[in-house]
Amino acid sequence: MKYWRKPLDLESIKASRGRVIIVEDRCKGCEFCVAYCPRNVLGMSQTFNVRGYHTPAVIDESKCVNCHFCEALCPEFAIYSIEATDAEKGETARYRRKNN
Amino acid sequence: MKTKKAGKNVPGHPMEELIRTERLPHIWCAGCGIGTVFGSVMAAIQKSGYDLDKTAIVSGIGCTARMAGYIRLDSFHTTHGRALPFATGLKLANPELKVLVVSGDGDLLAIGGNHFIHTARRNIDITVICVNNLNYGMTGGQVAPSTPFGAKTTTSVTGCPEEPFNFCYLASACGAVYVARWTSLHIRRLTNSITEAMQKRGFGFVEILTPCPTSFGRRNKIGTALETLKFYHERSVIRNDIDPKEAPIDFGSNIVVGKFVDTERPTFLDNYQLSCRKQIGDWPNFEGTMVQDNQAGDKTYYHER
Amino acid sequence: MAGKAVLTGTYFMNGDYACCEGALAAGCRFFAGYPITPATEIAERMSIRLPDLGGIFIQMEDEIASMAAILGASWGGVKAMTSTSGPGFSLMMENIGLGICTETPCVVCNVQRAGPSTGLPTLVGQGDMMQARWGSHGHYEVIALAPSSPQEMFDLTIRAFNLSEQYRIPVIIMADEVVGHMNERVVIPRRDEIEIVGRRKPKVPKRDYLPYHPDPDGVAPMANCGDGYRIHITGLTHDERGYPGMDEATQAQMVNRLIQKIAGNREKIIRTENIYLDDADVVVVAYGISARSARQAVRDARSGGMRAGLIKLETVWPFPERLIRDVAARVRALIMPEINAGQMVLELQRCAGSACPVHLVSHFGGSIIHPSTIVSAIKDAIKGRK
Repeated sequence: MKYWRKPLDLESIKASRGRVIIVEDRCKGCEFCVAYCPRNVLGMSQTFNVRGYHTPAVIDESKCVNCHFCEALCPEFAIYSIEATDAEKGETARYRRKNN
Repeated sequence: MKTKKAGKNVPGHPMEELIRTERLPHIWCAGCGIGTVFGSVMAAIQKSGYDLDKTAIVSGIGCTARMAGYIRLDSFHTTHGRALPFATGLKLANPELKVLVVSGDGDLLAIGGNHFIHTARRNIDITVICVNNLNYGMTGGQVAPSTPFGAKTTTSVTGCPEEPFNFCYLASACGAVYVARWTSLHIRRLTNSITEAMQKRGFGFVEILTPCPTSFGRRNKIGTALETLKFYHERSVIRNDIDPKEAPIDFGSNIVVGKFVDTERPTFLDNYQLSCRKQIGDWPNFEGTMVQDNQAGDKTYYHER
Repeated sequence: MAGKAVLTGTYFMNGDYACCEGALAAGCRFFAGYPITPATEIAERMSIRLPDLGGIFIQMEDEIASMAAILGASWGGVKAMTSTSGPGFSLMMENIGLGICTETPCVVCNVQRAGPSTGLPTLVGQGDMMQARWGSHGHYEVIALAPSSPQEMFDLTIRAFNLSEQYRIPVIIMADEVVGHMNERVVIPRRDEIEIVGRRKPKVPKRDYLPYHPDPDGVAPMANCGDGYRIHITGLTHDERGYPGMDEATQAQMVNRLIQKIAGNREKIIRTENIYLDDADVVVVAYGISARSARQAVRDARSGGMRAGLIKLETVWPFPERLIRDVAARVRALIMPEINAGQMVLELQRCAGSACPVHLVSHFGGSIIHPSTIVSAIKDAIKGRK
């Protein structure tokens, strides 16, 4: 990150990092999360979920700061973020639920 | 993008404990704002710190009222317009309960209008969450007391000939001690408002403007729910602590949102206790029993005899 | 805040007041009502008595709100009651339906006056009897009791509360203006002489509790709001979990359960007082204030040498079909006096069938039926005249 001057607590404060989890089968494709993510982490995917909706997909997870705004805005409880350190290692989990 | 089944060490959605997940997917349309408000109500309930076993939701009939069926608390889905008197009985029978009434604009303020004004007047200690989607959504999109003048609905295909209420003005005039209006986009402020209203003694009223893409949005050519949210984003103006009379919803210019009223008044049970102990005194001369603090406006203090 | 719930003693008391005292003796601690002649006195006395007993009296903005409030109070764990007359009874119908569908115990007292519409507000009628049974939309069963004296106002109100708690249903007391406004001797017994029934509590762990899973007698144990069971209660057709189920199977299961809960327990619910029945040629079947006229008429008939009998209906709904069928098979005629154009007589005719003729003695309202009118009807029936 570029700073115009170096903050005094730069070494001690770590910016939070988030990992996005999408419960695909709950999504109804309203696009709220994509439009209002303050860091533009999300975009709409080209694939469909079981209901026939396009779901959001993570475009650049490195930008996610775990602000939970997508989680708060989603009417379907289909997307949420967690602390990046707590999630599974590896790629973003696009979480598919069978039962609802 | 690969899709993986999330393993055991990936936590579930943080609200899942409070949602009757066995009933998901809920019935609300794609883009409906009620889902967002639902999340906000649950977040507020968690934040308020009340015992969840003693928190109850009462609703009437309509899209918003279905919220009672999805939340994992004691919930009552009653008859159209009658959530408020039901909640009155529930709260008075067990004052330890924290009672929220969650219902739509038509349910609370059309058929329930009479109950609304009296419950507010009595200052029953409940929190009323009124989701305003500008029409009667569940039945397909008819005129409601919130429908803007000229808007198209199935019972006003050539434009609504009536002017809507200013619900916040009405609530304040009836004696609500907490009045706020937000849109479903102002989630964080909305959650805070609901928490504040819950923690406040007395009748709290929070109005939330939400998109209704299937009924209102479609007939008025608003486009998707996202378009409605963008409209609210652009047009809403936050003005806290103003007179709700000066806070209209004017789709032509500005939609005024904010926390308008935050005041104190004895609740129904406070006054009922005074009455039971025969301590109200002799109307109209309350000297010695009631002291009016003129500086504080309508704040009144009752002395124990 | 000390007050006595049971005012043991002998009183010269008004029927409405006796109803209030009966409710308080049964444990009622919440009253929500609206003034209406001739039931206002119940609300007035409740407003005076409840504060001293730690209860709550609230005068609501209308009868619809009153009914909704008592349903809410019942779910809050308190025995609740309201009182009204014809016009208010009509308003309460939707919420009575809600109470029946959600299986909420509460008591509604309808002190009938002559109708229809505003009618004769200060004068007696018995024209709401069918409304008590069929007033709300949809198909369901009700329990309705008909007191015929201030003493019965006291006793039957207690019974109404007990039945409502036992069967988880709003119970309707079909009083009338004369019974409500007359003053008569009322004996209030000691507290330990009064049987009081409370609602059945769930015995299963909270996780396994199903709000509408019935016990063998058809009644489901009831968890109150705030007990931690996280119940969902709705007026929509619902399954045993209380969740709405929009299909024919759930409808069949729920409606059948609501009907069988009462129909299957008829023998325990139905109560009548049978007088001079064994050797009767003609039996008068009556309820409410008309039962008082009928009692006098039967006595007069007997002293005139006519073998008349009386069935006084304490429960008007469910209707005592079996008793009527048995009696119709062995008497010459059945007579029903009622202050309407013939409502319960339709039930009488249905049950008697072709076994014996059924005669109606009635007028449209405004005064009670004079015993001599009933005696004439008994005389005609014995002689085989219409």
